Parts: sequence; structure tokens; C-alpha cells
Amino acid sequence: MADGSVADVKQSLADVGYLADEPAALVSFLAQRLGKPVLVEGPAGVGKTELAKALSRATGRELVRLQCYEGLDEAKAMYEWNYRKQLLRIQAGGEAGWSDVQDDIFSAEFLLERPLMQAIASPEPVVLLIDEIDKTDQEFEAMLLELLSDFQMTIPELGRIEATTMPIVVLTSNDSRELTEALKRRCLYLWLDYPELEREMEIVRLHTPELSETLARKLVEVIRMVRALDLKKPPSIAESIDWARTLLLMGAEDIDRETFTQSMSIIVKHRTDIDLVAERVGVKLADPLRTEG
Amino acid sequence: MAAKLLGFCEELRGEGVAVGTSELLDAFAALEYVDWTSRADFREALATTIAKSQDDRRVFELLFDRYFFRTAEAEAVQRGVTEHAEGGPPAGDGERFDMEELSEAIREAMAAGDEDAMRDLARLAIAAFGKGEGSGVVGVDVQRIRRTLGLTAGQQPPTAEGGERPPIDREQLTGFERHLRRELERDLIERTETLPPSRPLAELDRALPTSPTQDLAAVHRAVSQMKRRLATLGHEQRGRKKGQLVDVRRTMRASLETGGVPLRLRYRPKRPRRPEIYVLCDVSTSVTSASVFFLSVLHALHDSFRKLRSFVFIERISEVTEIFESERDFTVIAQKISSEGGVADVSGYTDYGRVWLEFLTEISEDLDPRSTVIVLGDARTNGREPHAEVFAQIAEKAGRLFWLNPEPKLYWNYGDSVMAAYERYCDGAFECWTTKHLENFVNVVAGAAPAAE
Repeated sequence: MADGSVADVKQSLADVGYLADEPAALVSFLAQRLGKPVLVEGPAGVGKTELAKALSRATGRELVRLQCYEGLDEAKAMYEWNYRKQLLRIQAGGEAGWSDVQDDIFSAEFLLERPLMQAIASPEPVVLLIDEIDKTDQEFEAMLLELLSDFQMTIPELGRIEATTMPIVVLTSNDSRELTEALKRRCLYLWLDYPELEREMEIVRLHTPELSETLARKLVEVIRMVRALDLKKPPSIAESIDWARTLLLMGAEDIDRETFTQSMSIIVKHRTDIDLVAERVGVKLADPLRTEG
Repeated sequence: MAAKLLGFCEELRGEGVAVGTSELLDAFAALEYVDWTSRADFREALATTIAKSQDDRRVFELLFDRYFFRTAEAEAVQRGVTEHAEGGPPAGDGERFDMEELSEAIREAMAAGDEDAMRDLARLAIAAFGKGEGSGVVGVDVQRIRRTLGLTAGQQPPTAEGGERPPIDREQLTGFERHLRRELERDLIERTETLPPSRPLAELDRALPTSPTQDLAAVHRAVSQMKRRLATLGHEQRGRKKGQLVDVRRTMRASLETGGVPLRLRYRPKRPRRPEIYVLCDVSTSVTSASVFFLSVLHALHDSFRKLRSFVFIERISEVTEIFESERDFTVIAQKISSEGGVADVSGYTDYGRVWLEFLTEISEDLDPRSTVIVLGDARTNGREPHAEVFAQIAEKAGRLFWLNPEPKLYWNYGDSVMAAYERYCDGAFECWTTKHLENFVNVVAGAAPAAE
């Protein structure tokens, strides 16, 4: 990735199918230059995870992903000793003295690498995605601090392991919990929101080039109308794209009330939401939204 | 420039944004890589390194404009109209504006999506209309200016010469309104500039419709402080043998050394415990004004503590832990509690005595010396039996019991308030209706000196 300037970063992201807005491009650029982790927050489905994936594609780096969940501990996130292999080693050791064995079984060979370790120890630079960090405990956040500020990890038996290459670290959060100041301090902050009309249209058209422009515009307009309602789960960008694909498959020429009711379940996924959307948006569709020039 | 930036951060700190030295260093490092002359890049680079939440970002935006463009602003206000007329794309005749022309220029800018031009035009429009006769309420002014300019969404009436005009998008119009609003806000800041720098923004904040969510951040801060304090309290118990359980398995294992005779007893290790908190919150009409605050305290508590059970009560008590755990959005929670909280609301009058009885029967099993009970209420029993002896039982069972009263101490025990009856069983009773009081409470709980009022 030619990372000469912000515009270059934006272009290379666009080349791999991610249309970043100005702040996103700038933060991606800074993340590479400063070697700092990026904390991405925003509502569900605005492309937070996708940004990390796009970064990995654009830079040609491997993506190492750590999906967070409640109860995630260091054995699953960082490393774990391979007990079975250690046991085998002890049993097979036979002749060798105890001190040899002891030194031996606590070496890198008996270490099971988990995502964080993998990202650090990798000989090639990687993109590390720590997804939905807000799902974990605060304790886990604290554990990440060493990794995020110094890109190193301490294993009691082995000592400190420093990163050989600088990973690009992306953390995402759905804002379901306030993250600690300590974590935030170590990161660049990026807030992603639902994109502007024009940009969402570009995104939809990028993924479904066969869709006519008028239809794409109308689709995005309807999506925005739906988002404006007070829904349990507003439609995400991914759902806009899914809907566009569905319309293509249905061979729809225009979004009228009938097509809308048929395909509504693609974008709205709650019983109560469906009623609300049908009531508010479906009605508006009866008379054309706006005569397109 | 470095000094300017430091000054800016100083001002941000003054507004309550936590800007640490590391943030500052990051900001400088980031600025090495971006073009200083590009305003958008410069601003984003600063924002991403300094403002680390949505709230901070909002303050950042307001301050950024004020700080870096104050000089330009001051000039614009002074020279106002003429400067824009010369510099900006729309050509007035320098003195007065042709409404039509201005409106036309705005349409063009909106259609082109030219943000910079829109900003200039917004200032221009304010200078032409709002100056001196502004109502002082930003929202009203925005709409007034928009109407005077004849800007509406949808199909447009043809021009005077009968030419077609492109329709205006709802979207584009909101964009322009946003510019208008921002410019007006900046104007407002400028006008109150005689005040010390930190004042105007705070005034402005207060001028905004006060929503409970605004206070939410402050409440959350105080509560997270409280969490740390409570977590470290009670650790002095560690290491004592009293009440420890014998670990049979490990004792047997150890007895192998002594030929199967269990000479040394092994105990189960004592885990540092997490505080268990029970919060009882009065939501009756006598505390209506305070209950929003109380609910936000509850909300914040739920964010920080895992082992927390919350109850709301009026005449009877009802557990609302689940609502808080399943929902995050404060407004939704408030709504749900009022609709499905299940508080049996027969008369609408609080019955503290009954609440204690119910609370005790419901969870007396779970209460132990490790638990902390916090009551949020005004102790106004409406003349009913206070059942202080039941309250005493609760106090005895629970490790600690605190009372937060939304009324000033002066009013306690007047009328039907029976605070005194309860107060003597509490480990502490505090007046509490602002975040400041909450912080005070946290400090007292932690044994520190109470914060100055």
C-alpha cells in the first residue's frame, strides 16, 4: 500500500472495496504512521469490522482476529501451555536430567499461540482485529494495555516477548459499555456513523454494479427513512447491500409498496419493527417518493 | 503553534475533557504527518488523538472553532457583510443583499454540496438577517432565516424569469441548517466573549435543553470512582482464619506426607470478593424531579457492577435488574420502568414500611455482611407506619447501608418525613440531588474528607 498521504490510503482502501470517509481514511493513515492502535466505535453495522478487513487487504497483510466475548481469558486470547505435549516430553525424556526437561518444556515449542500472541510473534506484519472489545470485562482490557502501548507481552516462564513487526491494531466497540480511560488513552479514536446519502449510494453500487442508479438512489432513500424511525435494530450498510442484491434477484424495476412488503424482512428484523416500518414507510411508498429526472 | 495547541488543550481540560500528556504527544506526532494547511485534516488529526468519546467530540468541535478561528470571527463580526461580499462567491452590492441572489447562491451551494461555500453563505445570511434582532434561541433563528430565504424541501417554485429550479433535498437543507446553527452558536459565543473563556461554553451547554443524558456522563464518572473505592473496601478480611472452610481434598493430599494422618489442615483460599450491592430507588411522585437523576445513578451503577440488584418502589417493591441488564439506552430504560416496572401503584403514595417488609422477605436470604444496601428516597411515608424496626433488621443483616435523600437536610423530618427514624440505622445518610453530592457521597464512603460544597 502506497501510504504516502491520506488520499493514497483512501484510494487503496477504495481499491479493495471499502469507501472510507475522510476521518476514517485519515485515522487509518495515522495508525500506520504512528503505530498506534485504533479504537473504532459506532452503531452496529456501519463497517467497523469491515474497515479492519479492508486494511488487511489493502496492505496485503494477514488479518488476525480476536472475537471478544464475556469470559474471554488470557488462555484463549494470548497463549496457553500445551500440557499434553509437555507431558509427552517428560515421559519421553527418560535419560535427560530434570533441569534439562524443565528448561525444555517451558520453551516456545510448547506454547500454543492464541491470536494476540500470533499477531506479535508473526514474522510478517499483520493486521490485528480485536472485535467488540466492549463485550469483555474490564480486567481483560487491563491485560491488553501492555500489548497496545508497547507491542509486547510478558510470559512468566519465558520473559518478555516483543513484537518483531509492527501490527496495525484495530479495536471495535458497539458502545455497550464505557471503556476504561487507560485503554482509550492508548488508542486513536474513530467514530463511524451511518454514511451520507451519496456515500451509501456509492457503497451499494460498488457491491451491486448491476443495479440501476435510480433504483439505488431510491433504495438508499428508503433505508434512510427506515433508519429515521425509532427501531430496535436499524438496518445496517450490510443489509442495504443485501437488499440491493435481493431486488436484483427479484428483477424489481422500482421500489413500490408491493416489492417493499415482500422484501422488507431483509432490512428489518424485529417483529415490532416490521409492523412499524410497514405502517410508516410502506404507506409513503404508495405515492412515488419523488419524480426522478 | 505548539503554544496555541497547548492553550487549546488547556481550554478543553477546563471543559472537562480529560486530555493527558500522552494525548498531547500523540497529537503532535500526528500533526507531523498531516498537512497543517488543510483544515479538515488538521482538525481530524487532533480530534482522533484528543477527543476519545462522542461527548468529548462535541465539546471539541465547539471549542475548536472558537479557539482557532476566534480572530477571524471577530473580524467577520466587525466588518461583517462587506468582507463576505468581496471574498465569497455571491456578489451583493457590498452594502445590502439582494435576498433573491443570496437565496439563489445558497441553492447552488446546496446542489453542489460545497461545504465551504455553504458555511460562508450561512454566515452571510446571519449577518443579513440575524444580527441585532436575533431571538437568542438558536433553533428559532435558524428556522426564521430559512423561511425568510424561502428555502423549503421538495419541489421548488420556478424562478422569476420562469426558469426551472432543481428540487432541494431534505438532506441538503438539513446540511445548510446545520451550518446556520453552528454559525449562530459561534456568534453567540462571540457575543458573550467578555466572560472568561471557560464560561461561555458552559452557559451554552446549559442553554441547550437539559436532558438527563447530559448529566449521565458525570454520574457515570462519579460511580466508576465509587466502584474502585467499594472494591478495595473490605479486603482487610483477607488472610484471617475465621470462617474459613477446610478443603478436604487438599488436606487428604497433604496428609500423604505424614503417612495418611491429616496433621495439617488445608483451607479453601479466600477469594477477594466482589461487592454485592442492592439499590432501592423511590420512584413515587414526591421525588419526581429527582427520580430521573436517581435512575441515571442506577444506570451508571449497572454499568460498573456485575453483582448489583436494583429495585424500584412506590407502595410496593419491584426488581428491575433485568431491565437494566438488557437495555443500554437510558431513555428506553426510563420508559420501560414506568411501563413495565411492575410497581404496584395503587395509591401512588410511598409506603416505606411495607417496602422494608417486602424487601426483607424477598431477599433476606441473600443479605450478608458483604452486601451494601443503598436507598434512594425522601423518607416521606405519607403518614403510614415507618416500620423502623424492620429497617433496623435490614441494616443489621447487610454489611453497610447508605441513604441518599434528594431533599436538603433542612427539610428532613419536617412534615411526613421520618428520616430520623431511619437515619440512626444507616452507616451514612446524605443529601443528594446533583453529581456533586454524589461525588461527595463517594468520598465519604471511601473515608476521605467531604468535598467542599
